[in-house]
Amino acid sequence: MLLEDWAASQVTQGALLKMADRPVPVMEKRLMDVKLGELSRWITARDFTPNGILGALRRGHNRYYNKYINVKRGGIGGVAMVLAGYVLISYIWDYDHLKHERWRKYH
Amino acid sequence: MIMSFFDQFLSPSFLGIPLIALAITLPWLTFPTPTNRWLNNRLMALQGWFINRFIYQLMQPINFAGHKWAMLFTALMLFLITINLLGLLPYTFTPTTQLSLNMALALPLWLTTVLIGVLNRPTIALSHFLPEGTPTPLVPILIIIETISLFIRPLALGVRLTANLTAGHLLMQLIATAAFVLITIMPTVALLTSIILFLLTTLEVAVAMIQAYVFVLLLSLYLQENV
Repeated sequence: MLLEDWAASQVTQGALLKMADRPVPVMEKRLMDVKLGELSRWITARDFTPNGILGALRRGHNRYYNKYINVKRGGIGGVAMVLAGYVLISYIWDYDHLKHERWRKYH
Repeated sequence: MIMSFFDQFLSPSFLGIPLIALAITLPWLTFPTPTNRWLNNRLMALQGWFINRFIYQLMQPINFAGHKWAMLFTALMLFLITINLLGLLPYTFTPTTQLSLNMALALPLWLTTVLIGVLNRPTIALSHFLPEGTPTPLVPILIIIETISLFIRPLALGVRLTANLTAGHLLMQLIATAAFVLITIMPTVALLTSIILFLLTTLEVAVAMIQAYVFVLLLSLYLQENV
């Protein structure tokens, strides 16, 4: 109903009906399209079940794989980025222990 | 300065989650599966080539009944080689330095090979305890020795992998600390130490790959005897 009313209003106003102008519920928008005020509603509406998280991980993995590795002439860049990220995550994971290993006069 | 040289082998945890969980799941994520396309990408080509050559080499001496183990050996080899090589990156944690993990891999697999032999061909499995052509007076002692050697196999498998990797990491840390300390006092000696460190790192890369291979090779030998 909402869509037809809006379409009727658009026709009477003489505006062009573009795909991007139709109102989309906040829950289905991508992150870059969400306005700042709607951010908290968007975050709470995301799927945080184990299946949802697995789905999100899988989508992220597919995006990375298809962009950097599954290409005709992939180089070491794709794998190198993963390894660099792994080193960084390991450092952050271990920081509480590593901060004792700084160069100091007295330990 | 490092507090204690063995601190690098402690299992670190963040918000209650141990890093070993990430270090064990990461090898599975770095090996993508081929799709339905005829030609996949370069990484898949390399991976497929490596796996095919390795398993062809490994399964040659084993008879047909042992070929059921091909998938297990491939998975084991890839797992160990990835874990060992990833552990050489800075700040990462190597799960195979923990004896618990290596024994958990070695003991069940060794036991499986022994049970397969004992349940399917008990006479032949028992006959392995006495090599052909031994002089008669030596027979009792030799059987005892062979039994001990059989039971020490899982221990040797696990401890070999642990000790090699732990020793390598420890040596690298020691020599790096020495180079770091000497650089202000005697720069030339520090340079020599750095060259030794570079060579040692190259050795460590080789050892990481060789140890994984040796583990799987010995298991395949135990399988060959018993299947």
